[in-house]
Formats: sequence, structure tokens, C-alpha cells
Amino acid sequence: MSIKKSLKGLVALALAIAGTFSANAVAAPSNAEIFDMMQEMKKELKNLKAENNALKGTVEEVVVSTDEAIKAQIKLANKSHWGGYGELHYNNLEGQGPGVSDTKQIDFHRFVLYFGHEFRDDLRFFSEFELEHSLSGNGHPGEVELEQGYIQYDYNETTQITGGLFLMPIGIMNETHEPDTFYGVERNTVEKNIIPATWWEAGVMLTKELKPGLTVDVALTSGLEATADKYKPRDGRQKVANASARSLASIGRVKYTAIPGLELAASLFMQTDYCQGVVVGCGSATAFETHAVYKKDKFQLRALYAAWNIDGDDVKAKGADKQNGFYLEPSYRFNDKWGAFARYETYDNKDGNSTDTEVEARSIGFNYWIDPTVVAKFDYVDQSKADAGDKDGINIGLGYSF
Amino acid sequence: MMLKKYSLLIIATLLLVTVSQLFARGVYQTDKDFISEAFLNKPPENSRIMLGGDVRKRVTSLLGHPYGGLIIKYWEKEGRTAWILKEIGKTEPITFGIIIKNSKIEKIKVLEFRESRGWEVKYPAFTKQYNGVSLEGDKLDKNIDGVSGATLSLWAMNGVSKVALYLSQHLSNKSK
Repeated sequence: MSIKKSLKGLVALALAIAGTFSANAVAAPSNAEIFDMMQEMKKELKNLKAENNALKGTVEEVVVSTDEAIKAQIKLANKSHWGGYGELHYNNLEGQGPGVSDTKQIDFHRFVLYFGHEFRDDLRFFSEFELEHSLSGNGHPGEVELEQGYIQYDYNETTQITGGLFLMPIGIMNETHEPDTFYGVERNTVEKNIIPATWWEAGVMLTKELKPGLTVDVALTSGLEATADKYKPRDGRQKVANASARSLASIGRVKYTAIPGLELAASLFMQTDYCQGVVVGCGSATAFETHAVYKKDKFQLRALYAAWNIDGDDVKAKGADKQNGFYLEPSYRFNDKWGAFARYETYDNKDGNSTDTEVEARSIGFNYWIDPTVVAKFDYVDQSKADAGDKDGINIGLGYSF
Repeated sequence: MMLKKYSLLIIATLLLVTVSQLFARGVYQTDKDFISEAFLNKPPENSRIMLGGDVRKRVTSLLGHPYGGLIIKYWEKEGRTAWILKEIGKTEPITFGIIIKNSKIEKIKVLEFRESRGWEVKYPAFTKQYNGVSLEGDKLDKNIDGVSGATLSLWAMNGVSKVALYLSQHLSNKSK
């Protein structure tokens, strides 16, 4: 019922009363009639109040909805954006055997902030700034690092050009490693020690989508700089910090993702001088990596193999001319909250020597997603080194990304 | 020497750039073309729905955050509704076109994609998983197999699918 209608009613009622009095000579209304009329007026007023309240509510609702919509719209339209991820780890591992110590520590392993800006629809900047192990500086365990900082240009619908400091297109975790996206408190040791994730270089990369689901990346980048007796790829990362550019590198990747749930990829890295010309007996290096990720409903399987071939007499004498590893990781996501995994991994940074220097690890554990991008993790790991002792125990982690 | 060393890489790069077609990356189909195609070149006039009160609350719950707009345009003809909805993947908005018929997704398509990763969700092989999917409570009634590295794009697509299914259902209930 509208206000207008209610007012009309009131006017009619007033006229009726007035009319009644003017016609007093004819018949004055009885008290009962006046009482009825008053009751009707009361009812009308009550309806008016209810309508008024409803209208007030609608206006308030519109104000709240508009406010929310504007805030969400600003987020959609914002050209600059930021985010981040982090992970806190508790390790309680016991060492057994010669030269293997216990690991009992708590560490805010990674605190990362992203910052990006879209200059135009086809031109953007992206960066990742990281503090590792919470405290950096002389005598402290941490490092402050620029892990990504690049400009990306969409040349056309299927071609992107990336220039700057970017993550190398290799492995499963090198480019996607937010803690809520993988199982296990610590990252797997094969990608860490063989690939070596997280691995970034400076250079230019071309990404071309050849067909739906078939993508190729080729890049010309800065290279590694291994030093004498330290021939692990991980030790050779220069992190684009006054990095030697005597020997540049190139990398290519082919990735197939045409079938939902399946990713197949292979990468090839080449560098003419693995030691940037400063170590006698150190030559060219080639790395090959291939992996598969298969997801079907709640089941997922990750499998990865990576290998290095490094030339040079000194490298060979140390057994580091061949370095390789692989891992298999089946997992099952019970629901939105819970998932469990098992992993077998093995790697050797001195596979070229005559003694057994292989490292093996078996893990089992679970993730509990408190929110889609906030995760608590638990795992048990049993690691054995062929040339040393064993280590086993538990890891607990808390991670997030936004 | 240097040129010789990287000549293959340089040639391959130049070749790839040269043979690339000259289309603006990111926009795969305009909103207008999608709607026109959805209704066989005879699109109806658009209608509007205001996201207020309970409708807004439900949309917020389905997406996990408020939708970036107060009014959503839609097109309705012969029991089919078509929606153009935007949702952020990792950092950039992705534009989706969705057609609903009989409370089920008839088709979903990525119309515009600006993220630097996760574009695999645009492939028909991926989007066809949504065909025939309906809303069950606050979830889709079918598991969608994701693409490694494109999880956030997948979540965005799931989110807008749920919103389109809900709004279509809401309109249908209203007209009864």
C-alpha cells in the first residue's frame, strides 16, 4: 500500500468526521463509530510506519551494496597490485651416522612480497622480493633477494616477450612454489639440489603458443658460475648480483597442457662455460629436465627427472660431471580441507665418481587447508646418504599466499 | 664468435616473432560477438539485475568476496540466459561469457585474459568440462580437473560459473 493511498484514507476519514459533524443535525456518530474510525486510523498509521521502515532498509541495503561494489570494482580496475606468500617451518630430525647432525629448528623460511603494475593491456611489470630465514646481514642466516623483476609484453594473442630478471622455465616448482600449491613442509630435494630451484637469471625470453595446449619458451640469459670444488648447480647461482657475464646461457622448454589435468614438459639448458672462465678444468654444461603432472578428480601424481652433464677434467675428477635425480609423488585430496601425499626422491650431485654418493628420501604427510590459500602441513621424512648417515623425523609448517 | 654461438637461438626467436599473427593478445572474443553468437545473430535486448540484499549476500558467498559491480547485465531468450562476468585470477581480471539453460551450464568461454600465467583455462578442451554442470548448494556438482600452474584461473572460472547459475536460478524463481 502506498503513502498516497494511506493519506487519501486519512483525508476521507477526516472528511467523513467533518461531514458527520456538519450533518450533526441529522445524526451524530456514536462513540462506537468514532472508536471504529480511530482504530482504522491506527491501523493505517501502523502500515505507514512499516512501509517507511522497509523503504529505509532498502536504501541502507543499496548504500551497503554500492559501497561493496565500488571497492570490488576498484580492485578489478586497479593497475597496480601486490601480494605475497610466506612459510614458517619447524624441523625435528635426528641424525644417525658419521657426520650427520640433528636438525631441530624453527625458521620463518620465506617471506615474500609481490608487486606488479599494468602499464597497458599488453605491457606489465612483475616483481618478487624475498627475505629468507627471517634475518639477514653479517653473521645472520638470511638473505634479502630480488627473485623476479621483469617487463612482459604481449606481442600478439599467442606470443609473449619477457625481459628482465625472471624464473627459469624448468621444473614443476621453479615457477609455481607458493606453499599452498604443494605437499610437504620443505620443497623436494631433487628440484632444490639438481635444478636448482628457486633459479632465476636475467635475460630475454620468448613464449610462443604453437597450438592450443602446446607452448614453447626460449630464452637467452645470464649463466651460472661454479667455483673450484663447488660444482653443484645450486652453488653456482649468481642471482644476478654483479653477476659475471663472460659466458651467457640459453634455455628452452616445450610444455603440453592440452588435456585437462595433464602437464608434460621438457627443458634444456646450455652454457658454454659453467665456471665463467675462471676455473681450469671446467667446461660447458647442459641440463635436461622433464616432468609430468597428472590430476584426475582427487588424485594427483607428480614425476620429475633432471640431469646435468658438465665438461672439464677437474669437474670430472670430482665426480660432478654427472649430476641427476628424480622423484615420484602421488597424492590424494580428500576434500577442500585435507590432502595426503607420499614421495620418493633420489639425487646425486657426484654421480660421475666411483663411490656411491646418492641421497634417498621417503616422505609421507598431509596438508590441511585452513582457507584455499592458507595451509598447515605435517610430514615424516626418512633420508639416507650413501656416503654418510641417515636422518629422520618430522616437519611441521604453516604457509599462506594472497 | 658470440653471434655464431647464439645464432640458432636468435634465428628461432626471429622466426617465431615473424610468423606470429597480428592480433591483440588477451581479447579472444568481444562481449558483443559472444552474445550475438549465443543467440544465433538474433540477440535479445539486455536486461539488468541489481546485486542488493540477499542476492548480493549469496553472490559474495559463492565468490568468496563481493562482486565488482552493483548491476549485472544479462540476455534472456527462450529459456536461455547469457552472462558476461569478470573475476580476478591471480592479479588481473578475466572476462568470461557464460550461457545457462535449464539451470545447467550450456557453455563457458574465456573472452579476455590478462594474467601472465594460467591461460590454459581458455582451451575448449578445458572449458567443455563445465558443459552440463549445475549448482549444488554452494558448489558445482562436478569436479573440474585443473591445469598445473593455473589454479587461480580455475578458481575464478568456478566462481563466475556458480554466480551465473545462481542468478539464472534466481530469475527463474522470481518469474514463477
